Amino acid sequence: MTNVSKTRGQRLSVVYAILILVLILVVMQLWLLTATMNAFLGGNHTIVWPAAAASTICLGLNVGLLRFLNRLDR
Amino acid sequence: MDDDVQVTTFPDGRPERVQPKWRQDFPVDLEADEYGARRDFTKLMVITSLAFACGQLWIALLSTFRGRSPKEQRIAAIDEVQIGEAVRFHFPTERDPCLLIRQSEDEFLAYSSLCTHLMCPVRPDVEHGRLHCPCHEGYFDLGTGRPTAGPPRRPLPRIHLRIDRGVVYATDIEERAS
Repeated sequence: MTNVSKTRGQRLSVVYAILILVLILVVMQLWLLTATMNAFLGGNHTIVWPAAAASTICLGLNVGLLRFLNRLDR
Repeated sequence: MDDDVQVTTFPDGRPERVQPKWRQDFPVDLEADEYGARRDFTKLMVITSLAFACGQLWIALLSTFRGRSPKEQRIAAIDEVQIGEAVRFHFPTERDPCLLIRQSEDEFLAYSSLCTHLMCPVRPDVEHGRLHCPCHEGYFDLGTGRPTAGPPRRPLPRIHLRIDRGVVYATDIEERAS
């Protein structure tokens, strides 16, 4: 195996690491959405905006990881 | 292709020149293929993340605009509802069907008539002290609106009532958690 293919192997490991982080964040967002919907339909509106902020932060982290991934391709 | 600059990795790990002819003609770079697939899946997950965040914001906006107290509304005169009977009405908007139930001479109850499972209209069964959702056999207690059987987990939203000079008014709606 050459240096080129080793580099590619390392990049693949990085992609896997990023994918796992993104998946964890997406699962958290899914749980957050389900819990918020349940609370909202039950008349509890106090957690709605904090939950939206938390979900937006998760999205920001995901976008940051995606940008890092795109930089790897250059 | 020279081994030193070979980029393609074959499944058995051997160099290209010892691979069968069909594999030399149609080489598939497994690492590159895996890399592309995982990268694209990551992008798809980020789009999913965007959709979840939009859903959260949508709920937050709904909460902001629906949080206002509804306007008081006349439902019916006391004489129009017999004991053990129910009257349908809409509150706080025309899209929100509700039920007014007269349990005794001076006891009135009102609930949203949309089942908290999948929003089918519930039917009053005053004789047995329950509200029945025929779609998935859900039952609610008539006195409290809490689910007693079937798939619903949350109680029916309760309508607050005010009785003034023989007329029943709906004043507010109380959504309750399970």
